[in-house]
Amino acid sequence: MAVTSYSGAEQYNFDIVKKFAVMSLVWAVVGMFVGVYIASELAWPFLNFDSPYFSFGRFRPVHTTSVIFGFGGSALFATSYYVVQRTCQTRLMSDGMASFTFWGWMAIIVLADISYVLGYTQAREYAEMEWPIDLLIEVVWVAYLILFVGTIMRRKQPHIYVANWFYLAFILATALLHTFNNLAMPIDLLSMKSYSLFSGVQDAMTQWWYGHNAVGFFLTAAFLGMMYYFVPKQAGRPIYSYRLSIVHFWALGFMYMWVGAHHLHWTALPDWTSSLAAAFSILLLMPSWGGMINGIMTLSGAWDKLRTDPIMRFMIVALSFYGMSTFEGPMMSLKEVNALSHYTDWTIGHVHSGALGWVAMITFGSLYHMMPKLWDTKIYSQKLIEWHFWLATVGIILYIVAMWISGITQGLMWRTFDEFGNLKFSFAESVAAMMPFYAMRAIGGMFFLAGTVLMTFNMFMTIRQGKRENAILEAKLTAKLANA
Amino acid sequence: MNFNFKHEWIETNIGLMAVLTMLAISVGGLVEIAPLFFIDKTIEKVEGVRPYTPLEQRGRDIYTREGCYLCHSQMIRPFRDEKLRYGHYSLAAESQYDHPFQWGSKRTGPDLARVGAKYSNEWHVQHLVAPRSMVPESVMPNYPWLLSTPLDISDTAARMKALRKVGVPYSLTQAEFDANVVKFGETVARQLHIPDAQKNLLEQANFGNYDGDRSGISELDALIAYLQVLGTMVDFSKYTDDAFVKYR
Repeated sequence: MAVTSYSGAEQYNFDIVKKFAVMSLVWAVVGMFVGVYIASELAWPFLNFDSPYFSFGRFRPVHTTSVIFGFGGSALFATSYYVVQRTCQTRLMSDGMASFTFWGWMAIIVLADISYVLGYTQAREYAEMEWPIDLLIEVVWVAYLILFVGTIMRRKQPHIYVANWFYLAFILATALLHTFNNLAMPIDLLSMKSYSLFSGVQDAMTQWWYGHNAVGFFLTAAFLGMMYYFVPKQAGRPIYSYRLSIVHFWALGFMYMWVGAHHLHWTALPDWTSSLAAAFSILLLMPSWGGMINGIMTLSGAWDKLRTDPIMRFMIVALSFYGMSTFEGPMMSLKEVNALSHYTDWTIGHVHSGALGWVAMITFGSLYHMMPKLWDTKIYSQKLIEWHFWLATVGIILYIVAMWISGITQGLMWRTFDEFGNLKFSFAESVAAMMPFYAMRAIGGMFFLAGTVLMTFNMFMTIRQGKRENAILEAKLTAKLANA
Repeated sequence: MNFNFKHEWIETNIGLMAVLTMLAISVGGLVEIAPLFFIDKTIEKVEGVRPYTPLEQRGRDIYTREGCYLCHSQMIRPFRDEKLRYGHYSLAAESQYDHPFQWGSKRTGPDLARVGAKYSNEWHVQHLVAPRSMVPESVMPNYPWLLSTPLDISDTAARMKALRKVGVPYSLTQAEFDANVVKFGETVARQLHIPDAQKNLLEQANFGNYDGDRSGISELDALIAYLQVLGTMVDFSKYTDDAFVKYR
């Protein structure tokens, strides 16, 4: 038993962190595979196979749910449980509740994915889960909130570390958004089908208030929490500016909630709403870049680590993509730019520079840092991390460039007139022009997926190695005790 | 000023931090969403927009089930090219009975807000079963199962009841029916009467014969009935070009 205390198994509940970390990788592989598949369907439509279950419309939510809530969500559970225990120097409030959030969350993702394929959906982007699954999410989320706050209340020192602020904001905001965006009336208590409480313009506004803040809090604030713990840890230096992190936190939390309506420029939503959203989108550049600078400058004085430490490189590239996409976002929220970019692949490219470049890369960096510590060993192969880094980076670049070209081409083709003032291109011609870029995007996705598979293999071997080392150690101890 | 604020107060008090965070994140949504329910000009005053008939609504259910909104928008913007390609820009009034809204966010395929009455039923059947036979450049999936799957009409009334609960003026009582007669005229009001839901659905499907197959009512019948009504409810020839500007 003496052996287990090496990894802090008594002081901290690392078992739950391990479970979520492993499932995060599993969902990454599943979700990204489905992503590559649906990307390929757009390039080669025969892949729909005349089957309801594989058709793009039903499969796309499987991709988004598996990567956002499966991969991203599990990584957030894992790292938040790790960070809150380490920074508060206390064990999670309740092992039972932790376990409940794990099994609950896994059930949610599995049920959601199966239900989409069977045709059950609320038809709201990133909130496709039907009402029974939404209720389950509500319950698991409240347990998560109680567990997280309860653990902070048991902290050993007065201050709450900045990473926890961000995790807290993410948990609270997600609860708020999830609750109001999923208000719906089931047709029968025994039926999965429901109708949204709101309609038309109010429904659209609620959905994009949710939709953009799923990005703002689930995919940004929470991963900033990750950044605020793991970047300083990996760099071996304190966060660049404490003041900046205070400003960053409050400004980001306040401003993000205003910007959702920039998804509804030029629609039947009243202009005052979308103009207000555009103004806040521009303002949001400042806290976003404040956060990026805070992360990147943490490395100042240790820049050489970029050359020698591939984990650090994941983190810094993640922050660079964060900076890039939080510049691109405000730009796309300008009405003139949006008139061109909206409804095109440019938006898809933008989302993925955030999702692959920022969210996935910071997660990979953090997991590479954390997982060997959990299993009390060293990473199986540094070389594979290098490979993963380059596959992922090349994949993202292929993806984004393809979507920039196809998006801007689409936007321009739709609004081109001939010399008589008629539309120059039919819609079908714009679809045909996308084909090479859809293929290029699918290939970019394959690169990224290949990197993720390498990481999963690397982590699998690391865990095996950790277990073997522990077993040997334990055997030695037992032998010693027997001799004594 | 004696009041000397220290951020440390918040950093050392999880309750205070949670409350202040909650406040900070609530403002934006309150300011932008709540007024939309109260400002009278949010939804245009326009004639002709009515709730869907039972068959159209069932078609809409299939539209959402298959995730059509992921590639097709239903929201035409006020641009010259969109007017030429799709028609008059969409009004908020036109989706006032849409639970959920289906404005969409991506046009992998064209906008469908005014696709109604543009193509024949036969074209839609052929196109939905095998899109590339009609549009060679298309990347849309084939939907053969819609033609071969009979429409489940058993819960039509239950669906309309749920929609009624969220505010769609489907009628259950004589008083509600009478109100609908005043609001939409008698022909439409009959279609919106929940006790007659199944009868109305069968009548429309049999009369319309959208999928060209008289042997039964398929999911395709319902879907095409829905597609054919999209964007056709408002007669824009009755309004001047700038009639709706004041609402935007």
